[in-house]
Amino acid sequence: MLCGEFHTTYAGDMAIFETRRGRRALVVFVVALFAFPLVATSYWLDVANRAAIAVIAAMGLNILTGYTGQISLGNAAFLAVGAYTTAFLGSHGAPFVVACPASGIVAALAGMVFGIPSLRLKGLYLAMATLAAHFIVEFTITHWEVVTGGVSGSSVPSPRLFGYDFADDRRLFFLIVPACIAHLWFAKNLFRTRVGKAFVAIRDQDISAEVMGVTVFRHKLLSFAVSSFYIGVAGSLLAYQARIISPESFPLALAIDYLGMIIIGGLGSVLGSVLGAVFLTLLPEVLRLLTGALSSGFPQLVQLFSPLKLGVFGLTIVLFLVFEPEGLADLWRRIRNWFRLYPFSY
Amino acid sequence: MEFFLQLTINGVVVGSIYSLVALGFVIIYKSSGILNFAQGEFLLFGAYVFLAIVVYANVPMIPAVLLTFAFATLLGLLLERAVLRPLIGEPIISVIMVTLGLSSVLRAIVQAVWGTDTRPMPAVFSLEPIQLGPLPVARGYLYSAASVAVLLVLLTLFFKYARPGIAMRATAASQQVALSMGISVRRIFALSWSIAAVVSAAGGVLLGTMRGGVDGSLAVLGLKVLPVVIVGGLDSVGGAILGGLLVGVLENLAGGYLDPVFGGGVKEVAPFVALVLILMVRPYGLFGKVRIERV
Repeated sequence: MLCGEFHTTYAGDMAIFETRRGRRALVVFVVALFAFPLVATSYWLDVANRAAIAVIAAMGLNILTGYTGQISLGNAAFLAVGAYTTAFLGSHGAPFVVACPASGIVAALAGMVFGIPSLRLKGLYLAMATLAAHFIVEFTITHWEVVTGGVSGSSVPSPRLFGYDFADDRRLFFLIVPACIAHLWFAKNLFRTRVGKAFVAIRDQDISAEVMGVTVFRHKLLSFAVSSFYIGVAGSLLAYQARIISPESFPLALAIDYLGMIIIGGLGSVLGSVLGAVFLTLLPEVLRLLTGALSSGFPQLVQLFSPLKLGVFGLTIVLFLVFEPEGLADLWRRIRNWFRLYPFSY
Repeated sequence: MEFFLQLTINGVVVGSIYSLVALGFVIIYKSSGILNFAQGEFLLFGAYVFLAIVVYANVPMIPAVLLTFAFATLLGLLLERAVLRPLIGEPIISVIMVTLGLSSVLRAIVQAVWGTDTRPMPAVFSLEPIQLGPLPVARGYLYSAASVAVLLVLLTLFFKYARPGIAMRATAASQQVALSMGISVRRIFALSWSIAAVVSAAGGVLLGTMRGGVDGSLAVLGLKVLPVVIVGGLDSVGGAILGGLLVGVLENLAGGYLDPVFGGGVKEVAPFVALVLILMVRPYGLFGKVRIERV
């Protein structure tokens, strides 16, 4: 019986997964994850791919907003930058290994440009500056027709890697999910390094951070870059999955969705980004199933689906903020701790 | 020249409505430090409630407007008590997200009740044009601008002379001092939310009648308020009024002259370009208090 967690070595204290049970659970989970495409229908594979993409984007946003404390409403725009870079490069024959990282880098550059106002602006003002970034990028995409195809959108060829064509959701799963795991692994480790800790210091107290020798502006820009890189890669994968992208694929509501994910999941938590992204991707699907099941008794439900989705989304965010402001990650931590030391969990 | 004047007049009329809605926004920000991203949905709600009262309950115009205002007051009070009060002292991101969540809920309610089609709005004012110098101007525009002016004057007087108005200014200046003078800061928060809801509802009714119809796109105005308050200064009532007029004129001129160059859409993006430029040069706006922290 376990009566507590006791680390006797520095390595043990700094390990990412502290307990042996946690490591085993993780291995089981990853194996189960890769067995998923063998049994799942194409519908659920599509959902799983979208969830994995959302995890990358939410993780990116969480690096900026949750860990560095810079509020961004412009993440749908950076997603669009990534997606359009992939569409442009892909249609000019660039393979996946070039197009996907390039999308991340272009998005990172765009993120840094719009991160420059963070030098003088904080909190509310930064939220507004990034909101303006969203509208400016949207305008550019709609009107720069040579590159983006304008309102009619542009199509994306299927990704090729090692001569293998990832043409459908089942194959894409093996591209998207490893990418997602790699990004999570990087993020988890980022916050054990000097740079990551500098981000957290800026969030907690920027003036003290500066006093302690953290160059605040450089790290804020770096945070914008890393975060936008994640979001750009997510945009690239999104473009590969959706096959056709248009300016309407990236509305402001999408940016709010991602913010909702990290709020519901938990700000400043890798696990929270995953939980929040999966939760908010599954929520509309569950609602769709429910309304589908109930539609025989209440046929008017089908028309009400879209307002219902919107309303449940908003209500979930409001309820979480009022009653569970630390998000799902904290809820999970409490549940786990209760079971970990059961029956002596004081 | 005539084209320029026409654009300017349209800009002033639309801008006056921006001013009204921005005023509600600034009142909330000043008293409680909350950015209300649900302001556009307040406006939408007001317009639809007015429509329902006038068209489906056949209530005459003036009582219908008063009923709409009463409804908006209730909405503001309810939201402040149920959602915003528990979040006092939480980080900015939480407060921003809660108003974004609220805006989704309100929009969902509007969609569920009234659907997404454009509903025709009965003409409150006759739309017959009136000759203003060399220019024909729709009569409704003039009445709309006039009612906004009346509302703005009333609100200014309220802040200057009425007891609750003075209490609101005191709270905005310093919550601690206001509390020690026996002002109930909670009640001031509630009051500011209901005033914001009422002025937004008024904006919604006016905008709906000007457009001749009501649909979900009215809520976009809630975001356009952001450039307005940044131009004017986030915590300045006078700045909100002037900023509204400036942004209205700016977007109409930009749309009128630059749309043929870019092929449309300039009208929508111009206020946000202005927002970024102003944030870079003068983040406190024209009349805002100079209190930007920087590191």
